[in-house]
Amino acid sequence: MKRKISFILNGSPVVVETDAARRAVDVLREDLGLTGVKEGCGSGECGACSILVDDVVKLSCIMTAAQLEGRKVVTIEGVGRDGELHPVQRSFVECGAIQCGFCTPGMVIAAVGLLKENPDPTREEIHAGLSGNICRCTGYEKIIDAVEDAAAKLRGGGSGG
Amino acid sequence: MKEKARRFLEGPRLDAFSKVTGRERYAADEYSKEFFWAGAKRALIPHARLLAVHTTRAAAHPGVLRVLTFRDVGGSNRLGIVRNHQPVLVDEFIRHAGDAVALVVARSREALHEALDLITFDHEPLPGVFDPEEALKDGAPRVHEDNEEGNLVRAVRVRRGDPDVTFRGCDVVVEGMLETPRQEHTYLETEAGWAYVDGDGVLVVVTSTQTPYRDRKEMAAALGLGVDRVRVVAPCLGGAFGGKDGITVQCLVGLAALSAGGVPVKMWWNRRESFLASVKRLPARMYYRLGAKADGTFQALSCRLYFDAGPYAGLAGEVMAMGVEHAGSAYRIPNVDIEGYCVYTNSALGGPFRGFGVPQATAGMEQVVDMVAGKLGMDPLEVRRVNALGTGDRNCVGVELRYSAGFSECVDKLVEHPLWKEREAWKASAPPWKKRGCGVGCMAHAIGYPALIPDEANARVELTENGTIRVYSGVSDMGQGNACAYLRIAGEILNQDPATMEVVQPDTDHDLPSGTSSASRTTYTFGNAVIQAAGSLKEIILRAGAQCLEIEDMDSLELVPDAVRIKGSGRKAALRDVAALIDAGDRSCKGYFRTPYDESTLEIMYLGTHVLFSYGAHLARIEVDTLTGRIDVVDYVAVTDAGRVLNRAQYDQQVQGSIAQGIGYALMEDYIVKDGRHETEDLATYIVPTSLDVPDMVSIAVETDETTGPFGMKGIGEVVISGCVPAIANAFHDACGVRITRVPLTPQRVLSALAGQGGEE
Repeated sequence: MKRKISFILNGSPVVVETDAARRAVDVLREDLGLTGVKEGCGSGECGACSILVDDVVKLSCIMTAAQLEGRKVVTIEGVGRDGELHPVQRSFVECGAIQCGFCTPGMVIAAVGLLKENPDPTREEIHAGLSGNICRCTGYEKIIDAVEDAAAKLRGGGSGG
Repeated sequence: MKEKARRFLEGPRLDAFSKVTGRERYAADEYSKEFFWAGAKRALIPHARLLAVHTTRAAAHPGVLRVLTFRDVGGSNRLGIVRNHQPVLVDEFIRHAGDAVALVVARSREALHEALDLITFDHEPLPGVFDPEEALKDGAPRVHEDNEEGNLVRAVRVRRGDPDVTFRGCDVVVEGMLETPRQEHTYLETEAGWAYVDGDGVLVVVTSTQTPYRDRKEMAAALGLGVDRVRVVAPCLGGAFGGKDGITVQCLVGLAALSAGGVPVKMWWNRRESFLASVKRLPARMYYRLGAKADGTFQALSCRLYFDAGPYAGLAGEVMAMGVEHAGSAYRIPNVDIEGYCVYTNSALGGPFRGFGVPQATAGMEQVVDMVAGKLGMDPLEVRRVNALGTGDRNCVGVELRYSAGFSECVDKLVEHPLWKEREAWKASAPPWKKRGCGVGCMAHAIGYPALIPDEANARVELTENGTIRVYSGVSDMGQGNACAYLRIAGEILNQDPATMEVVQPDTDHDLPSGTSSASRTTYTFGNAVIQAAGSLKEIILRAGAQCLEIEDMDSLELVPDAVRIKGSGRKAALRDVAALIDAGDRSCKGYFRTPYDESTLEIMYLGTHVLFSYGAHLARIEVDTLTGRIDVVDYVAVTDAGRVLNRAQYDQQVQGSIAQGIGYALMEDYIVKDGRHETEDLATYIVPTSLDVPDMVSIAVETDETTGPFGMKGIGEVVISGCVPAIANAFHDACGVRITRVPLTPQRVLSALAGQGGEE
């Protein structure tokens, strides 16, 4: 059954009229055009569909549209401000953490979430913090480098957080 | 290499911004206001004669536009690269669980799934065959009744010297049966396509593919269209690794679009369907025998390699042939008898996967090399150094190496490495209940296609009306960043900042057939064509620049960013002004390159062999938990000769990504198909490495100068993965004193081996 669902998406209020049981990832991609939200498995295993819901990393492929009601939702399209890359994004570019790029949006979201929770993680904590996001191209090393680098940037500059 | 010549090759990837912001548009990201969804009904049974497909109930679903069967396919309804025998939609025989029996075109995804459930079919079950050696026996069920050689896809045999006599004279002979599993590519972007018939009646397919030009011909034949009536567009891929080297969704979504009246149709396989219907790395069973003298020199090799092709030939026979060509790894062995068998079964589809048969053979060879070292009491790197191939030597199939070969240097680098030199102290300090081991694995990997298949590229570089440079790519970018490499190479030749340039991804409309994104060739082959094209364009720009600056002597001119300048003077003409003086048709130049080949190798084996190789030597340091059976890779060193490094970050991306996939292959990845039934269904049952499973990796480049390569490079995309299984398996033997003959080295196998029960699961 269709109903109206209201939430804050990337800083702006939105209302979508949809079946409440539809997957959040489909609503975001198909109805709202946010194709930066990727789907890699559809079963909560790969992390490609990661979004921030009230600042916490969530998997939009195992959430329903109804679960977005009243929440503050951030997708990759809402990371960074005024056309500027977020420090995490900048570090991903500079550290060579991107190959095919299909895991990248989810990985960036996971890293942003991790650094909100733990602004000064050890390398081991980064390994653990990103372990819900599969990357098949990079072998993770440059991604871990990028998150370390971004953490330093964020602590130093305080921007973007 | 002069400093100047390296100005624009290094630097971050130029596709990084669009990818890190989520703006990069993949085939899976195509949507429009109105479109249909297409989906296939899968057989889910391994072998049967199809008697009837019942589509009436599905067709009556209000959300369904069409239900299509083989009767709706206008052409041959057959796919194939070497043999055309894989049905787009099954017409007579189901040969594996992933075969498609019907196709639904629906108005919504929900309607699509409901309709697929409403389709049923009648069939007569047939006995299946699931093991390649069983399949070769008399009386085994036949996968293809009309195949003259039973279940054999292809066999290759290479004999040199007199191995039988030589074995008798060897001081040491070792034997082993070694097995490698079926590996799933698990690219993050599952197979996706978007198709429509355009205003001119051309079927346009935007799809995640490594092979747009080959797909186009295959689609045209299967669907009964002229080649000029099919256009394939290949945007950036969300990973592929060989799994999209050929048709996946293309014919199905194309067929759906032909019945959709101009409305676009989307097909995007979910993970389960991707697993069911896509190719996997061929499982291999290998019988190896290696003989050496007391000084460690290899005298004779005999081996039989069995590869499970699954139900259709695809490129499986070529994968096996490549395995045969690399069966002796990177060593001189004067007497060989190498047999390779590629065999049909009713298991999962087999096909290309990074390494293309070499990881299997190398896993076998490099483990028996360690067994020889062990029997002789020799250092495992010393035995490799003694036998190392170099320029001028002949490899195991008898090809004389005339190009760069830095394998000895790779081994030497490892010998000197502190993680190798200090291994005994590290092993001795293992914590309680843990055992530590160090293992080595080496490899060679051919660049490009074998002799019979022209390995060609056609590039186009353009000076736009605005005075910027545009490069038209003919080779898909599956994530490795070859498109960025093309920009950097063109930038280097034209002295233009690549960040101001544009790359256009492959589109068959651009008429730049350049082969596949595979075979470690994407930067090597196409990069050379880009150098040619950019060189021609440079001449044209300078000539027009001379006109613009009103001088006669072209030699006094140089290209600088955005302008043509008179050397040693400040006078210059902006490229935009220069472009205005050139006819539109002359502002773009084509370049062509063909990779070196040797026709005489056609006498060695089917398709001939390769002549140019990358090399490597690896060290893995592992820790085995004797209580849980878990193996941790603690340190990993990869030394690689892939020629000159053009861009260090992209080079290391290939090295590190390959090691992670190789660790998965060695320790956890095993796609299970039992009696034709896929027991692996999703990422909960197919485990790939996460960030917790890989160590920080050391990548060392031995930069030989490959004179035929663009700026001296050779391919780096595949060579690295072949070292991981042997390095880790040899490290396990070093740690525990037993050898598990089948990877992955799962905790169950490890515990069984430690209990003296043979390492079975």
